[in-house]
Amino acid sequence: MVLRNPRREVEMPGPLTVSALLERLDVNPESVLVIQGDTLVTRDARLSDSDVVEIRPVTSGGAT
Amino acid sequence: MKCRVCRAPAVLDIRRHNAAFCSHHFVKHCAEQVRRAIKDHDMIRAGERVVVAVSGGKDSLALWDLLVDLGYRPDGLYLGLGIGEYSDASGHAARAFAQDRGLKLHEVDLAADFGYDIPRAAAATHRAPCGACGLSKRHLFNSVAVEHGYDVVATGHNLDDEAAVLLGNVLRWETGYLGRQHPVLPATPGFARKVKPLYRLGERETAAYCVLRGLDYQVEECPMAEGNRHLGLKEVLDALEDRSPGAKAAFVFGFVDRAHDHFTDAAGAEREGLRECVICGSPTTSDVCAFCRLRERVGSRAEHS
Repeated sequence: MVLRNPRREVEMPGPLTVSALLERLDVNPESVLVIQGDTLVTRDARLSDSDVVEIRPVTSGGAT
Repeated sequence: MKCRVCRAPAVLDIRRHNAAFCSHHFVKHCAEQVRRAIKDHDMIRAGERVVVAVSGGKDSLALWDLLVDLGYRPDGLYLGLGIGEYSDASGHAARAFAQDRGLKLHEVDLAADFGYDIPRAAAATHRAPCGACGLSKRHLFNSVAVEHGYDVVATGHNLDDEAAVLLGNVLRWETGYLGRQHPVLPATPGFARKVKPLYRLGERETAAYCVLRGLDYQVEECPMAEGNRHLGLKEVLDALEDRSPGAKAAFVFGFVDRAHDHFTDAAGAEREGLRECVICGSPTTSDVCAFCRLRERVGSRAEHS
């Protein structure tokens, strides 16, 4: 999978759910989108060994 | 998970709504939230000219797209901040969006038009860059809107932004700021009306909207914002939301509905005695407005270096 901000790639053995993946990475599900191809996947989606997903942070911290 | 509306496979779950949506109904959900925000707070009236403050990020592009989808014909206003590759990519995203849809985009460049950029302003003021950035945006979005005859400036502040700002204001009991924190700030002499049509949508929703609509937004975070106070407040609120879904919405919507009016006197008192800046003519409580003082400080530092 690809993690953004900063960009890095990690491999995680499957199968596992998106929820479990985020928990293992210690990522708060409220702060990211999980993207597969050109769409999104929900927390209950099961990912296999060969799936590639992007975990994209959604938090902006700029001036308001 | 299944879509709450049509039972098709869902692409996004929103725990505070205890619901999930397919792509089609999620986009409709976003449009409905924006339509409701505009209606509830009388943000945009028939025939009014609207300009969207566009950064090239997810919120402003989602807002511009949603307003067009709802039948408005807003123009955009992009402010070049001079933050290296980040600003280059942001400007590209804003221009590409406007060009693809045949929308008008005004551009203002801090360095070319006003002789400074955000990194230089931060160095000159010895303060966090976000302070100079916010000040520049507030001043220029309004002054350009007034200059071009727009009635309304729409900004992409979302529910998370509002929750973080509200928490920061409450922690320090900034009563004047609390009185001015609202989805709509009415027009006053020298100021266009300011509206926040995304205040009912979290930033996870605005980002998801962009992905599902294929909007090519600037994904990378501003390098100058790293570690700032606003991000720290959002982290706290995200942890709270994870344990208690709906906490952010209850905090912000409760403030807007039941608490904001208690602070309007404090905000009004701060606006008393407004007069024209002797340099640029913008409304200010002192002889020279904060924006012109910032320009003077940056210019003065440049002369002495």
